[in-house]
Amino acid sequence: MSNIQPGFSTLAVHAGAQPDPATGARATPIYQTTSFVFEDVDQAAALFGLQAFGNIYTRITNPTTAVLEGRVAALEGGTAALAVASGHAAQLGVFHTLLTPGDEFIASNKLYGGSINQFNHSFKSFGWNVVWADPDDIATFERALSPKTKAIFIESLANPGGVVTDIAAIAAIARKAGIPLIVDNTMATPYLCKPIEHGADIVVHSLTKFMGGHGNSMGGIIVDGGTFDWSKSGRYPMLSEPRPEYQGLTIHETFGNFGFAIACRVLGLRDLGAAISPFNSFLILTGIETLPLRMEKHCANALAVARYLQDHKAVAWVRYAGLEGDACHALQQKYMPKGAGAVFTFGLKGGYEAGVNLVGNVEMLSHVANIGDTRSLIIHPASTTHRQLSDQQKTAAGAGPDVVRLSIGIEDAVDIIADLEQALSRVG
Amino acid sequence: MCEDIYSDDHIRQVLGKVKTIAIVGASANQVRPSYFVLKYLLSKGYDVIPVNPGQAGKEICGQMTYASLADIPRPVHMVDIFRASDAVPAVVDEALALDPLPRVIWMQLGIRHDAAAAMAEARGIDVVMDRCPKIEYARLAGEIGWAGVASNVISSKKPKAQAGFQRYGIVPRD
Ligand SMILES: Cc1ncc(COP(=O)(O)O)c(C=O)c1O
Repeated sequence: MSNIQPGFSTLAVHAGAQPDPATGARATPIYQTTSFVFEDVDQAAALFGLQAFGNIYTRITNPTTAVLEGRVAALEGGTAALAVASGHAAQLGVFHTLLTPGDEFIASNKLYGGSINQFNHSFKSFGWNVVWADPDDIATFERALSPKTKAIFIESLANPGGVVTDIAAIAAIARKAGIPLIVDNTMATPYLCKPIEHGADIVVHSLTKFMGGHGNSMGGIIVDGGTFDWSKSGRYPMLSEPRPEYQGLTIHETFGNFGFAIACRVLGLRDLGAAISPFNSFLILTGIETLPLRMEKHCANALAVARYLQDHKAVAWVRYAGLEGDACHALQQKYMPKGAGAVFTFGLKGGYEAGVNLVGNVEMLSHVANIGDTRSLIIHPASTTHRQLSDQQKTAAGAGPDVVRLSIGIEDAVDIIADLEQALSRVG
Repeated sequence: MCEDIYSDDHIRQVLGKVKTIAIVGASANQVRPSYFVLKYLLSKGYDVIPVNPGQAGKEICGQMTYASLADIPRPVHMVDIFRASDAVPAVVDEALALDPLPRVIWMQLGIRHDAAAAMAEARGIDVVMDRCPKIEYARLAGEIGWAGVASNVISSKKPKAQAGFQRYGIVPRD
């Protein structure tokens, strides 16, 4: 196929993959090997010097993982990608490439609780200082800018609140400040929303969730949008300055619009080491082939469950951007018109106690700290994932005491609703 | 404006019909992009000739360097321009004075000059602007994906393995 931009479902099945050159195997083989034999010392030198394409060692590149990278880059409309061991490893890799000690970045206060922890604690110990802003009040992002700000980080669809972020408005602030916008697109997936089209420069994912989609493999990915000029300001020296370990090579000059992904790989992943297993890459890749089908079913089921809960007498409120009356409905229509995702929260009139009872009462839904599985999942964040946060942070992150989070699977909607019905009837 | 959206088939055909490539502005510095391109094209079986007055008479990557296109003692099939856009017309003039004429004039990523391109095209020469032949070759051969880079190629055909380890080509070659 030549120069006709293939559709999303075609890319989900084919992008990045070709039959195996040795055997013709049609499915992507699992290259479960640590290392690759050199032809001779000259080829080895060319590979180590980044002059030739090819694999040396699976910490840095692997042919199975490369297919996953090519596929997600294509689905997001980026130039290149780097798959790593988890979503958190992806975030670490991005900021390692952008920041030096003493630098600041702005992050939305409506993020996955684990990201709030990562930024508040581990990142601070590296001297990378997060400044929080509120996506419900875009001006807070502008006010948070300082001469030390090097990036802005948001989630397209925030976990757990189901809040849709105004990506283009925040992208405009980032562009004006001459800094990149990083969007965590885990909850929406590129099937529902492509942040690069709205001005994002870098996209990250926890592939652990809807992308892999079957609750069986950890993974993360960094997608380079190819949109940011890393040399212009001189504030991103990993990309714009000669690298001593590569004989003075300059990454942005050499690799152009995929330089960020290369820097995250040959500087970040090389040294930080959070490589994904080729087996996990294979499982996630297989999951991605059905991403469009699964996301349609996830979204349809989630909307049905949200409507059911809205009318339930034990339920105080439902926050699902797909509901017509929801505060984020207009933003959902703009950024993810095909659906509002499968993760949302609702409040129980019975508060904390009722939340704890509900997760104990369900029989088919699984009480787990995960989202984006084929199975429907339930959690009471205040007693689990968001337990470490202060009450104020819990509420800011949409995880107050009465809040229950659902990640609706691809079972039959009637069965999901029947399980919730019996469990809600006994919450007290 | 000249056409600068090139089909994959066109690029494959352009890179498939040349054997001798002169790189104008080739650097002897091993970490410069022009050196990377020279070395890569050599590894793909092309006869690559560096052109750089400052290095004339010396070898770059084992290849004799010439001061100008006119000094090259064998026919040049493709001229790859690694110079700023405003230096392009002079290089194209030189290329058009060659006998036989080159079949392809290629300008690197970020480099384009519509008027010079039109002059070359009027002489029946294929012109590619604002592209890197290393990236295009690696993309079409299937090697670029190893670095996590999107190839924008959808194909159910096997990559064409070449002699050696981890080497794909746009044509089988040994
Ligand atoms: C939105 C979001 N980002 C990042 C992460 C972290 O990903 P991982 O668990 O793969 O490290 C998660 C995990 O729940 C998430 O939901």
